[in-house]
Amino acid sequence: MRLINRHPDRGGRLLLILLPFALLLFAYFIGSAQRLADNPNDKLLPSATQMVAAVDRLAFSEDKRSGKYLFWQDSASSLKRLGLGLGIAALAGLGLGIAAGSLPLLGAPLSPLLTVLSMVPPLAILPILFIVFGLGELAKVMLIVIGITPVLARDLEQRAREIPPELLIKAQTLGANTWTLILRVVLPHLLPRLLIALRLVLGSAWLFLIAAEAIASTDGLGYRIFLVRRYMAMDVILPYVAWITLLAWLMDLGLRQLAHRAFPWYEGAKA
Amino acid sequence: MSAFIEVKNVWQEYGDQVVLERLNLAIAEGEFCTLVGASGCGKSTFLRLLLGQERASRGAILLAGEPLAAEPDASRGVVFQRYSVFPHLSVLDNVALGLELPRAPLLGRLFGAAKREAREQAAQMLAKVGLGHALDKYPSALSGGMQQRLAIAQALIMRPRVLLLDEPFGALDPGIRKDMHALLLELWRETRLTVFMVTHDLSEGFSLGTRLLVFDKTRIDPHAPNVFGARITYDIPLNSDRRAARAAVQALPAHVTGTPQPAL
Repeated sequence: MRLINRHPDRGGRLLLILLPFALLLFAYFIGSAQRLADNPNDKLLPSATQMVAAVDRLAFSEDKRSGKYLFWQDSASSLKRLGLGLGIAALAGLGLGIAAGSLPLLGAPLSPLLTVLSMVPPLAILPILFIVFGLGELAKVMLIVIGITPVLARDLEQRAREIPPELLIKAQTLGANTWTLILRVVLPHLLPRLLIALRLVLGSAWLFLIAAEAIASTDGLGYRIFLVRRYMAMDVILPYVAWITLLAWLMDLGLRQLAHRAFPWYEGAKA
Repeated sequence: MSAFIEVKNVWQEYGDQVVLERLNLAIAEGEFCTLVGASGCGKSTFLRLLLGQERASRGAILLAGEPLAAEPDASRGVVFQRYSVFPHLSVLDNVALGLELPRAPLLGRLFGAAKREAREQAAQMLAKVGLGHALDKYPSALSGGMQQRLAIAQALIMRPRVLLLDEPFGALDPGIRKDMHALLLELWRETRLTVFMVTHDLSEGFSLGTRLLVFDKTRIDPHAPNVFGARITYDIPLNSDRRAARAAVQALPAHVTGTPQPAL
């Protein structure tokens, strides 16, 4: 049988999904064990016990100086910034995308502007944000907003233009004005697409968050990673990276489930 | 009877490409016009002009003596070959939408008793076109023929004076097409609707219409194929029995025939 025609069965699929992860972990712990056998004080590849101890210290015992559980405090601050940034960017991107994609008079000035703005590297203007908004929460949230809004807006503008013109004409013959047409036809068409676009920009959002926290912050997952880097505390960095990955994956899963539940028509309409 | 729709010396040009030239027509209210012709001869362009989707380069189209509104509105219903129904709304909401939009200019939806009434009216209309059993389905779960039934119900709930059909049955199987013809004729008989239907199927054009309009180019310059546009080369009255029946009904005073507007 040709390779392209061979499909894994259910059990085989599960095995194949887990295999690369298992191999990665296996290779890591082999390497870690070897290095620790040569030098018990090696910091580069900490063992599972060392990482568990680090997590226990940060997540399940009070910090001696602040009396807080650092791991959870870091997570809460980071998620708050990320959530605010994503929420504001989603609203702004939706508004701009609808305006540019469905109203030609607004699209004419907005569309080229968005294209140019999306080319500005957000990290290059991070210093400007710190100067303008100070070193507080606002600058960090703004970096996420500025970084992903143009991407969302351009994607949604494109999707708005892809709505078949027949549907827009039909809505007009059913008595819609511009506002109700946007409300009842354009917006429902773009909401599932917005969730997809959000999933795609999650990675960038995390990138901007960690970058902002690394440079100017007093808590947050990115802040902690860059703080303990000075002591080469890989036993903290690796669990933090794994935790961030897990959070990002859960958010992606949540958005996918939400799209599936809230817009059951979307899958069928694509066919 | 004076003309309901008058087309006066209409030309449609895109740049230096002439699509339609010197169209002159007078259509009485309640006619069922079928538009036939080769591909690219401008029959769909003519339909778009009637719809208000495009504006004629020259000439004027009058609807009941008034110039036609330059954008689509509730006076003219339309059914396209594809993309006629909203994929994000259930069958019932697709039809109820037409009752909600004109009455709710701010939110585009009705609430409470008004909403219940609109949905009830929509359900009646859907039962009429044979979709009473599928109210809660999304259009993607319907067959092609059922989607077109839904599109027709959606257009008729607005009680338009003119119904424009752009190859509505072009993608359907022959058997289903026949059912749709019967449905369309039944709805047309019950209302005073003026219908324009573009079709590629000549026999469909002959069997359905009370008037067949053939679009064709009369002048062709082989070196510049775009210089001359299409005209209406044949204007054939058809199915005189239906035409006469319709005229007789319309001659009756309004209180005998019931509501003057197309009502179902």
